[in-house]
Amino acid sequence: MVALRHALKHRSAKPVLWLLCSLPFVWLVWGAANDALGANPAEYVIRATGDWTLRLLCVTLAVTPLRVMLGVPELAKLRRMFGLFTYFYVVLHLLCYSWLDMGFEWGDIADDIAKRPFILVGFSAFLLLTPLALTSFNRAIRWLGAKRWQWLHRLVYGVAMLAVLHFFWMRAGKNNFAEVFVYALVLFVLLAWRVVHSSMWRQLSRSVGFTR
Amino acid sequence: LTGAVSRVSGANTMEKATPYADASSYNNFYEFGTDKADPAKYAHTLQTKPWTVEIEGLVKKPGRFDLDALLKLSPMEERIYRLRCVEGWSMVVPWVGYSLAELIKRVEPLGSAKYVEFITQADPKTMPGVRSRVLDWPYVEGLRLDEAMHPLTLLSFGMYGEVLPNQNGAPVRLVVPWKYGFKSAKSLVKIRFVEKQPVNSWGRSAPQEYGFYSNVNPNVDHPRWSQASERRIGEDGLFAKKRKTLMFNGYEAQVGQLYAGMDLKKLY
Repeated sequence: MVALRHALKHRSAKPVLWLLCSLPFVWLVWGAANDALGANPAEYVIRATGDWTLRLLCVTLAVTPLRVMLGVPELAKLRRMFGLFTYFYVVLHLLCYSWLDMGFEWGDIADDIAKRPFILVGFSAFLLLTPLALTSFNRAIRWLGAKRWQWLHRLVYGVAMLAVLHFFWMRAGKNNFAEVFVYALVLFVLLAWRVVHSSMWRQLSRSVGFTR
Repeated sequence: LTGAVSRVSGANTMEKATPYADASSYNNFYEFGTDKADPAKYAHTLQTKPWTVEIEGLVKKPGRFDLDALLKLSPMEERIYRLRCVEGWSMVVPWVGYSLAELIKRVEPLGSAKYVEFITQADPKTMPGVRSRVLDWPYVEGLRLDEAMHPLTLLSFGMYGEVLPNQNGAPVRLVVPWKYGFKSAKSLVKIRFVEKQPVNSWGRSAPQEYGFYSNVNPNVDHPRWSQASERRIGEDGLFAKKRKTLMFNGYEAQVGQLYAGMDLKKLY
């Protein structure tokens, strides 16, 4: 842990992780330019941006449990970056769907969102994530007050459930759930840890005898 | 494996054929995995020799045909068909084979035979996907007898002038160009003539999403996506515009009368 804390304190830690998070995007741009995304590049890009949204959502939600369990406070500084990358990929996902699948036909897109539960769920997750991205800077915390800001950012738990449901529904017709279960399990563990941890913390603070 | 130009009406679309590399690497063949790239990666294990197709059920002449007998049963034709997948993409594929009707006439269906059931290979030793529970194996499809007898319904042994690659359903498969691709069962081992409408694999797995008929129909949406348009594989890369899907995949003139008076919204 000492080594990890040391590495995370290094001034290159953030830029390196920033580059890692943008690699999937770089790959997609390179692949699109070089016709390296297979027989159906549009489908590839839409799915890949969706996959990376889910992965970065898991990473973002893993920050706090790892920070507490491993005792590495330096991790906290990375949470915002991961969260914003999650938003970056969901915006790309929505953009690719609107463009490559729907040809920016706004009427068709509105119909599609209203008509298809699986699209509606995905779109709702995007909408719920938007205020989080918009209030991600320090001054927003001051404006809202830390407590209200924290409450607002608990929306991310709803986003996680909607995101998995969206993915589940997409795979449902083909009974192809292996990957969905992996994401569901990871997110379940990360959310369950929070429930258990916060109730433990409440008990502990009660027994020690101080109030919040 | 080559064939003469087919004289069957509608069998030679003038549209540009999908590149062979795409048609042989972007496949749905769940017996080899659910990813589109899986069949090309894993289907080399499929044993296509020896191969027999069993004809059973309500026919005067049931029996087993080995592959050589099937290859010699009728002259090979080349047919350039549009292929529309239920997922919303399409290809143009030059197939080699002959009308399934040639085989059906040979085995003489009884008057009581109303449907044809197609049973495909399911060997867990050579088909890794069969060990998964994605579908009930073997993969089964079905057609009404008049659909099966339609001259456009093809028993195919090759594509692009070559023997079928394993991932495309070697050594013998069905091609029904006016229906969604999953109706065209691959690697056939049994053809059964029956009285009652068979339950096809996708119909069993998700009846609200995949009907028995599954005719290509831009006016009947899949519950989770529109069927009004399609993406042609291998056409102009990432930013190609989607094209409008045609009723019966553009074969309405040839097959429309098979469905006269039927409510295609109900019998999807």
